[in-house]
Amino acid sequence: MVDMRTVLAGTTLPNPVMTASGCAANGTELNRFFPVAELGAFVTKTVMRDPRSGRPTPRMAETPSGMLNSIGLQGPGIDAFCEHDLPWLEQQGARVVVSVAGNTAEEFGEVVQRLVGSPAWGCVVGVEANISCPNVANRGLVFACDPVSSERVVRIVRARVPAEVPVLAKLTPDVTDIVTIAGAALGAGADALTMVNTLLGIVIDTDLLRPRLAGVTGGLSGPAIRPVAVRAIWQVTAAMRSGTLPTAPVVGVGGVRTGTDALELVAAGASAVQVGTATFNDPSAPRRVLTELEAEAARHGVERFADLVGIAHERMVRP
Amino acid sequence: MNAGVLQVGGELIASRRAGAYHHLTLVAPGVAELAAPGQFVALAVGGATSATLLRRCFSIHRVTPSGTYGGTVDVVVAARGAGTRWLTSLRVHDPVDVVGPLGRPFPLPTEPVPCVLVGGGYGSAPLFWLAEVLRERGCPVEMVLGAASEDRLFGVLQARRSADGVTVTTDDGSAGHRGWVSDVLGDVVDRLGAGVVYACGPMGMLRSVTEVASAHGAVAQVAVEESMACGIGVCMTCVLPVRGGDGVTRMVRSCVGGPVFRGDRVRWDAIGDGVTRVPEDALGAPHPGGH
Repeated sequence: MVDMRTVLAGTTLPNPVMTASGCAANGTELNRFFPVAELGAFVTKTVMRDPRSGRPTPRMAETPSGMLNSIGLQGPGIDAFCEHDLPWLEQQGARVVVSVAGNTAEEFGEVVQRLVGSPAWGCVVGVEANISCPNVANRGLVFACDPVSSERVVRIVRARVPAEVPVLAKLTPDVTDIVTIAGAALGAGADALTMVNTLLGIVIDTDLLRPRLAGVTGGLSGPAIRPVAVRAIWQVTAAMRSGTLPTAPVVGVGGVRTGTDALELVAAGASAVQVGTATFNDPSAPRRVLTELEAEAARHGVERFADLVGIAHERMVRP
Repeated sequence: MNAGVLQVGGELIASRRAGAYHHLTLVAPGVAELAAPGQFVALAVGGATSATLLRRCFSIHRVTPSGTYGGTVDVVVAARGAGTRWLTSLRVHDPVDVVGPLGRPFPLPTEPVPCVLVGGGYGSAPLFWLAEVLRERGCPVEMVLGAASEDRLFGVLQARRSADGVTVTTDDGSAGHRGWVSDVLGDVVDRLGAGVVYACGPMGMLRSVTEVASAHGAVAQVAVEESMACGIGVCMTCVLPVRGGDGVTRMVRSCVGGPVFRGDRVRWDAIGDGVTRVPEDALGAPHPGGH
C-alpha cells in the first residue's frame, strides 16, 4: 500500500485527488455515484456574493477531446451556499475547498467574510480564489492576467481567511508569463497555486456561420489542454526549484481523465490533482482516478505518493 | 450506492431502422427497474479513450425490467453527428456505458382524466410507454404525432396499440393531415375533454402545444430537448428560464429540474433563434454596471 497522503500548506489530506471547481456542482449530484468524502478534497463551484443567473444558452460546444463552456458563474450566492451547500458537504464528512470570486477585489473579501462566519466553516480545508474571472472595475480584464490585480485579490482573501486554512490562487494559462503571476500571488500570501483554469476559445457553427456559444467566447477544457497544464506546472515548479519563486504546493488541474494523466501533472510538480471535464464523461471519474493513481504509484515502486511530486525535474536527460 | 440512478456497463442487444431513426435496445441492469416515463439515459460515445467526451442523452422509449438478458432500456436515435453515428453503427453485443434513469418523469394525474400525448418527430419516443401507464390508471388517451414528412414520424403503428385514438400530421402532407400538430390539437383536446396534454419534441412545437392546451383548458406537461454535456446536473449547460411556484424566474437545469416542465411555467418569450436568453427579471440576471 502506497501512502497517498499529501500536505497542502500545513493541511494534510488523505489523498491527492479533488474535484475541479465548476465540474462537480456542490456535491449532491456526484454523491449518487461515489461518496464525495472519499476524495482528498471536494472543490465547490465558484461562489460569488449575489445570486447569478449565468449566461444565455448555448453555453457549451464540444471540441476534439474537450469542450468550450460559457456558464457565466451561475450560482445561488454566498448566503444560500452557507445555508444549504456547505452544511450538506460537512454532513457527508467531506473536506471542502471553497472556490470564491468577486466582480471586484473587495467583493472577494465580502464573500470570504461571510464564508468564514458560516456554522459549517469547520469542514473547509482551503479557499481557492478564482482570479480567472473578469474584474468589472478594470474593464472586465481577468484578474489573473494582471499581476497587480492578482496580488490585490489574494492579499484581501488571505487577510480574511484564518491563518490555519490555506488560500489557493487559481491561475489562467492565458498569460505571457505564468511565473510572474504565480510570483505575484505567492508574494501576496497565497499558500498554494491551482493551475490551470480554462483557455479562452471560440467555436463557429458552420451551418449558421455564427459563433456556437451565445456568449461568443468560452473556456476550453478537457484532455486537449493537458499538455498546457503540464507545461504551466512545470514552469512554475522549475522556478521554485531554482529559487526564482518561493516554494509552495501546486494543485494541478487540466485534462485529467485517468490515473496516468494525473501522474503527468504530479511528476511535473503537482502535490494534488483536480479532475474536471472528465466527470462529464464519467461521473465516477474523480474516484476512479484516485484508484488508478494509487496503482500507478505502486507500479513505480514508491512508498509515498509525495516521492513522485516533481520527480520529472530530476529525470531529464541532458543532451 | 443507489440514489435512484446507476452507472452501468451496458450492452447493445438489438439495433434496427425505424424510418429515419434507429431503435436501440440496451441491456442495462437495474436501470429499467428504476425508470419512469419521461426520464432519460446518458450514453457515453466512442469507447473508453474517445475524443468525444460529452454524453448523449436520450429519453427512454420503453423498458423491460426482466427480459431474457436482464433489464433492458430502449432508445430512439437520429444519426445526426459523430456521437449518434457511433451509436447507430454499433454491433449487437458491443458495450455501451449507461447512466440513468435521469431527470424528473411526467407527473401522472391522480384522477383518471382524459389525456392527449403529442410527439414531434422522434420526440414521440417516450409517449407510448406513458400512454400505457396512463391507461392502466383509467385515463382515456389519444395521441397526436407530427413530423416534417412521413419518414420522420416515429411509432404510428405503436400509437394505434397504445392509445384510444391517433391523429397524424406532416408538414408536407405525405401522411395524415397537412400541417402542424398545433393545428389539430385544440379539436382533440375539446373532443376528449382532456385535462392534461403531454408533449415532447422541438422547442417551437412545445411552445405552441402549451398555448393551445391553455386556450382549451388543459395543463401542458412538456419534456424539453436542451443540449446537455453531462446529464447529471454538474455542468450547468442545459438551463432554461422557468418560473417557480413563488413566481420567480430562475435558470433551471433541464437535466435535474426537468426535462419535464409545466408548459405555462417555461419562459417561451426568452427562447428563439437557437438561443435562450436570460429574462431581465430572472433571479441574478445581469444588470448594467455589474454582472
